[in-house]
This record gives sequence, C-alpha cells and structure tokens, in this order.
Amino acid sequence: MSGEVVLQAVDLKRYYEVDRGTFKKPATLKALDGASFTLKKGKTLAIVGESGCGKSTMARLVTMIETPTSGQLIIGDEDVSHASRSTRSRLHKKVQIVFQDPYGSLNPRQKIGHSLEEPLLVNTSMKKAERREAALKMIRLVGLRPEHYDRYPHMFSGGQRQRIAVARALMLNPEIIVLDEPVSALDVSIQAQILNLIADLQQRFDLAYMFISHDLSVVKHIADEVMVMYLGKPVETGSRENIFARPHHPYTRALLSATPVADPFRNKERIVLRGELPSPIAPPSGCTFHPRCPSMTEKCTQASPELREIEGCMVACYHPKTY
Amino acid sequence: MAETTIEEIIDDRPTGFKAVLSEFWSYFSENRGAVIGLFFFIAIVLIAIFADFIAPHAPNQQYREALLQPPFWQTGGEFRFPLGTDAIGRDMLSRLIYGSRYSLFIGCIVVSVSLIVGVILGLIAGFFRGKTDTFIMRIMDVVLAFPSLLLALVLVAILGPSLINAMIAIAIVQQPHYVRLTRAAVLSEMTKDYVTAARVIGVKTLRLMFITILPNCMAPLIVQAALSFSTAILDAAALGFLGMGAQPPTPEWGTMLAEAREFILRAWWVVTFPGIAILTTVLAINLMGDGLRDALDPKLKRS
Repeated sequence: MSGEVVLQAVDLKRYYEVDRGTFKKPATLKALDGASFTLKKGKTLAIVGESGCGKSTMARLVTMIETPTSGQLIIGDEDVSHASRSTRSRLHKKVQIVFQDPYGSLNPRQKIGHSLEEPLLVNTSMKKAERREAALKMIRLVGLRPEHYDRYPHMFSGGQRQRIAVARALMLNPEIIVLDEPVSALDVSIQAQILNLIADLQQRFDLAYMFISHDLSVVKHIADEVMVMYLGKPVETGSRENIFARPHHPYTRALLSATPVADPFRNKERIVLRGELPSPIAPPSGCTFHPRCPSMTEKCTQASPELREIEGCMVACYHPKTY
Repeated sequence: MAETTIEEIIDDRPTGFKAVLSEFWSYFSENRGAVIGLFFFIAIVLIAIFADFIAPHAPNQQYREALLQPPFWQTGGEFRFPLGTDAIGRDMLSRLIYGSRYSLFIGCIVVSVSLIVGVILGLIAGFFRGKTDTFIMRIMDVVLAFPSLLLALVLVAILGPSLINAMIAIAIVQQPHYVRLTRAAVLSEMTKDYVTAARVIGVKTLRLMFITILPNCMAPLIVQAALSFSTAILDAAALGFLGMGAQPPTPEWGTMLAEAREFILRAWWVVTFPGIAILTTVLAINLMGDGLRDALDPKLKRS
C-alpha cells in the first residue's frame, strides 16, 4: 500500500565526543540535533542542506550503522533504539543504503556476482544456485548484462557501478533505501539514467526512499517531500511543490536561489549568504542561522525557533516569508 | 518498466585468475632484476627439492682420506669433490645443496608463522581500535625497541639452542612489522564505503574482518613476506654462526660457516662457499621482493 508509514523518526539526536588534545575537555559535536520525519511506502523524502548539516549522520542512523544519542527510530512498528540484537538484525534487512562514491562502495576484490550474493549468503539459507539466479535477475533488472556477473568492480564505469550498488541494496527486498547523494559523483548524462532507474525501481517495489542531496535540481526531479537541514536541525519541511514554489525559511530561499536555471531571460533574485557554516561544536546562540540570515532580529539571537506550520510547511523561523 | 539499455557492446574482457596473473606478470617482468631473482629462487627451490638426486655425496659422509681438499681447479683438488671438502672430509657441494633445504625451510616457517599471527593481531588492533589496539601496538613497540638479532639471541638463550627455537625467536622478532603493516592497511580500508555497505547488509564481524577487509590488505603483506623471507634466512645463518641456531652436524649454511671459522686462513673454500650461498639466495629473494612490490603496489602502477 502506497503511503503507509514504514519509518518514523522522533527527535533524533546524534552527538559525538571530540577530543581536543590531552588537557582540554572533550567537546560535544552536535551532528544531528533533533530531527523528526516519516518515510512512507512508495514516497521519497529528500534531505537537503550544505556539507556538514547532518545529512550523512542521518543516513548512518537510519541504516543503523550508528545508534542515536537520543530520540526514537521506529521501523515498521518496532523501536530500533531499544531493540534486541535479533530484532536489529531483522530490521537491518529492511533498510539498505546506496553511497555517493561508486568507486569506494564496492569491494575491489569481490566479483559483482559475489557482491550481490553476499546479502543473501549472510542473511538467508538460500542455495548457491538460487542465489546466483537471484543475482542474475537483479543484474538484468538494473540494466546490466548477465556476463557482468564475473567482472570485478574496476572494470566498470561510474554509472555502471552505481547500478551495481543499487542492485546490491535491493537484494534483500528492503522497504527503505537510503540514497546518500547517489548521483552527485556521476556525469550529468549518467545522472539522469540512474535517477530514472531509481524512480522505476521505486514504482516496481513500492520502496520508501530517503534521498540525501545538495543538488536541488535533482531533488526537484525525484522528491515527494523535502526537508531542509541547517547545522543538524531541520529548518523547513514540506511537499516538493510547496518548498520549491513558496519557500518560507530564509535559508531555503537562499538555497533555491543558488540553483542554476537554464533560462537567460529569467530575472532571478539571488540571495547570497555571508560567512561560513558555523562549527557544530560551538553553534551560535538562538537560531543557529542568525549570523548569516538577512532578516535577523534581536529575538533570533536569544531563542531557537520551533518548527511551526506556515502555509502547509513546517518552518523553524521567527520571520518566515509568507505568500 | 522502461527498459534502460546501456551500451550493447558485449564486454568480453577476460576475468578470473588467468587475467590477474597475466597482468601481474606484465608488471613483474618489467623489472629485469626481479625476473633474474625469481629464476634464481626457483632454481634454489628445485635444488632443495631434488637434493637427494643432485648431491654427489651424503651431507654427513666423511671421507677421511680427503680432509680439507681444495676445489677441483686448484692443485690437489679432484672432481670427486667439486668444491672441496671440509675439515672432517665432508663434501662441500653436497652440504651446500642440502643446506638449501634448511634455509628454505627456515624462511617458509618463519614467514608463515609471523605472517599468520601478525595478520591476526594487526586485524584485531585495526578493527577494534581503542584499548585493544593500544595494548597490542605497545607490546609490538617493545619488541621493536630491541635490536632484532640481540632479541633473537636472548630468546634462543632462554629457549635453548636449536633450529626450531631459532625459528621461533626470529618469527617473534619479525612479528611487529606484520602487525603494523596489517593495522595500517586495515585502518585505511575501514573508512571505505564498501565496509559500511557490508555492515548494512548484515555481514558479521568475523566475515567482515577476514573476507571483506583482509583480501584488500594483502598487497603490502605479500611484499613484506617476500622481503622478510631473506631476513629470516640471514638471521638464522647469523644465529647458526653464533652457535645458537642449527647444531652441528646439520648442514645449515650459517652453522657451516661457524664450524669452518678456524680454517679461514688455511682453506678459503670452507668459508667462502657457504657465504656465497647465503649472499646469492638473499640477494635473489630481495630482488624478487622489489619486483613484487612494483607489481602489487597500486600507487606505482601506470593507468
């Protein structure tokens, strides 16, 4: 059933202890500081933000590579943070990931066929011939050829490798796939192919996608819902139409204005952010965006705004633009 | 679903063992010294295997009528003993031929023991980090802090002088190099996405360590193994020379040198030939190791 909630995150936080030398106290790095969202069957949630905003940390939490410092992560109807080992390994099969760099995400000493069969080998009791058959089926499904079964990763191009990575993620019939910038390392022409493949597979298997990206034109193409992150916190969440047509948060507007549009006659308002992304070890007081915000006021430096609903979007800002 | 077709050219590049081997050979054969070293090494291996058929005499057979006989080209030499005889009338050539067995045996055992233990310790240290890592690495640092031959000598002195104990001592002394190499390689592999991907798939710790990560760390280890093969032979010869390794009458090259020490001025051949045997073997293996490094180190590869 499309639209059914398969994953729910409630106020997820992930802090890291950062060693600052022998005589200083370790600092706390708030990589992810309270994010709530849901993933629905057959839908894509895009997570957008600049480098260091906690996108990849989120991917690591959702795929259960790391455990959240606090907050709840509910997959199906089971809470991962308090789950037993066996439950966790069962839930592991439901969430798979595709990485950004197709050159690093495939084991260079493993044939493609073996890469694809490994999930089945360690998780199921399928026989060798059955595994091979499943791998060959998947190879065809992602648009590769059966003779690629015996190839090593170094014999493939980036796009082909990404197809293999997608195929590997699908081997266990997961419900959720985290796509951690799956096309940003590829040529633009190949990007389109991979995006189409991903969209096809979503329809076919009714998959929930968590699509992490900083490329808004890609997000516009593939997302159903968009969550904009800044310094470990979501600042605006909403449907794709709302976010792209009526961005409320100043950061979202700045991001959108930075996307190139192939139309020389379009008069564009370009919002240029001043300064750098602040360090997540010592985030600014109040609204973390205030040092770079064009519409900053006294209030913003004192208290952090909560997410509230504005014209169909959830926005964390005291001075959102309204339409 | 829309059929997404990519290039229709059938990809028939060779895969599998044969292709890997031919690529390896094309890199290896560029280095002429390495090829010479390889052939020399193969020759020594063959000599060691077929010692029984090649050697003209038994290694410990004493010919009392021919003590300290010079090689055949010197006056007083004869073809029966091509490289002369030692102080108690044993044929030098036969002893050298049989001695190659000991050298290769020492090399193989020492390398495999230190490789296996070193790889396991290095994998554990690199994989689990933290206290385990510190513990293992500090012990290895302690071992490294001693001059290797001195430490080996002390170990043999404690264990008692014999060939087996000498090999154990040399293996322990060589251990830290493998541990460090493996750990460094594991640390760099651990950051790669394919390891994370394997975790997400649900690969368990042991399989992750030995099947996913280890094969990707092998190249520097193979080179180190080849190079420390020669160090092991050299160290064993040194221990033998000091009377702490193989005991007489074993025809081990270092021990032969030690036995012949007092005749060094009267009969040059009893010390020269074992010395040359050690030198050439070690040189050949070192040359081969260099070639292996060139062939296996991806940083030195073109393309």
